[in-house]
Amino acid sequence: MKKYSLSKCYLALVLFINYLPIAVVVLFSFNDAKLPVAWKGFSLRWYEALAKDAALMEALRNSLILGFVSALAAAVIGTLGALGMARVHYRTKGMMEYLSTVPIMLPEIILGMVFMAFFSLLRLPFGWTTLIIAHTSFCIPYVFLMVKARLVGIDKSIEEAARDLGASPVRAFFDVTLPLILPAVLSGCILSFAMSFDDVVISIFVNGPTLSTLPIKVYTQIRTGVTPEINALCTIILITVILIQLASSALGRRSGTDDKR
Amino acid sequence: MKKDRWWLCIAPLYAFTLVFVLGPVLYMVTVSFAQNEAGTGFRWAFSLDNFAKMRDPVYIRCFRESLRLALATTALNALIGYPFGYFMGRLSERGKRIVTFLIMVPFWTSSLIRLYGWIILLQAKGTLNTLLLRLGFIDEPLKILYSYPAVLIGMVYALLPFMILAVYTSVEKMDWTLVEAARDLGASPARAFLTITLRMTLPGLMSGVILTFVPSMGLFFIADILGGNKIVLVGSLIQDQMTRGGNQPFAAALALVLAAMTTLLLWLYRRLTGTSELEGMF
Repeated sequence: MKKYSLSKCYLALVLFINYLPIAVVVLFSFNDAKLPVAWKGFSLRWYEALAKDAALMEALRNSLILGFVSALAAAVIGTLGALGMARVHYRTKGMMEYLSTVPIMLPEIILGMVFMAFFSLLRLPFGWTTLIIAHTSFCIPYVFLMVKARLVGIDKSIEEAARDLGASPVRAFFDVTLPLILPAVLSGCILSFAMSFDDVVISIFVNGPTLSTLPIKVYTQIRTGVTPEINALCTIILITVILIQLASSALGRRSGTDDKR
Repeated sequence: MKKDRWWLCIAPLYAFTLVFVLGPVLYMVTVSFAQNEAGTGFRWAFSLDNFAKMRDPVYIRCFRESLRLALATTALNALIGYPFGYFMGRLSERGKRIVTFLIMVPFWTSSLIRLYGWIILLQAKGTLNTLLLRLGFIDEPLKILYSYPAVLIGMVYALLPFMILAVYTSVEKMDWTLVEAARDLGASPARAFLTITLRMTLPGLMSGVILTFVPSMGLFFIADILGGNKIVLVGSLIQDQMTRGGNQPFAAALALVLAAMTTLLLWLYRRLTGTSELEGMF
């Protein structure tokens, strides 16, 4: 019994240290001073400043759009790919499966520089196009691997039964296979979005001179001087994330899908 | 859908992968053998100069530093993350859900912001120093920020969730009756752990090692932010050569060596565990 509580203490300690930096960021977002060194009293001024900061808000919007578009593109390409790969038997299959996951197997820096060189070879204008291609490339593996793993666990005879009972292949897909793999597709999407929303290394190589994402903005600020508006923005994002996570786990528990994985 | 129409499904994946993964990678490999020309970019003439250049002690030191930091990060992560993942796997269902939630939330906030949190904590007049001074543990502020330990803290902190989730996944999958059987047959708890638990969770640990080692070779921005300019890693070197230095072939050669090291590691993982998929990636 005693050993058991000791392990809980360990978990709590590591989690505490994990949350320490986040806690100070949140704390100093309410601080009535520019420098995060001493507490000068409670204030919401950085939240007001944030609402007026057009450049930061634009960076946030860019990141949201980029994450959404890349996750969606990856969801389509990755899901179709995983479905198809489970059924074809080409000689190139193993090779292609490996290649398609290369973007998350290589250190980000390599992917970033490789894209930068390649896009300038193709003379693609650096900006939205290059950002979306680059982000989609590292989002696809997440969706692909998740759907693939899910397909392995699905009993093929269910789909065959639907076909035997007269469902068209399309109907069988939408009524049987899709609902079964949907959780995997969704978690792949969510993970993709999170990765895209947080990426700085790859973006920095392909964003071009005028387009800025939130992480790039934060990165430049950290190197030149952070305004507590960033703290305020982070606090808002944190609260949003916690609410979304709580809502999704509550939903998951009600429908009973939560215990699957 | 007829059997032969499934190729339509994989066509987008094939096309995207060939054009935007294989294409760029092959291009980089080619460029690494090209000759640099100051000002105009590079010339298509086969040369090994870019690789020869890496024998310069400056660059060798850079590789050694990166490797040392990556190894230290991975070792610390395994030391902290393995017990965490193990204990986590032994919690009740409800406990598991709560801890998973608590691990995932920081994952979603910007990793840069969290690093910024460490700056606030560690800086000379920062929270940690203020606290320690007030409590009388130290007489003058500790200089942690912009040093090697700060970078190490940042790296371990950024990559720990990957290790934890990898270990946790394999602990979750474990068949505990085997441990019970071993104990029934007279094995001590330590012996049972070493011969059964550790072995069965080894794929998770290995996958955690890879998931932390591979990124840590390239995470130049952590060393940049928390280390000042004191620690130059291969990552920063590549970025520098690519942008300011304007020596694309050399950057490509550096990246190629880095990629080769990574691939070798992944290959070793596959040989050792007999699987190609990393455990607990998600």
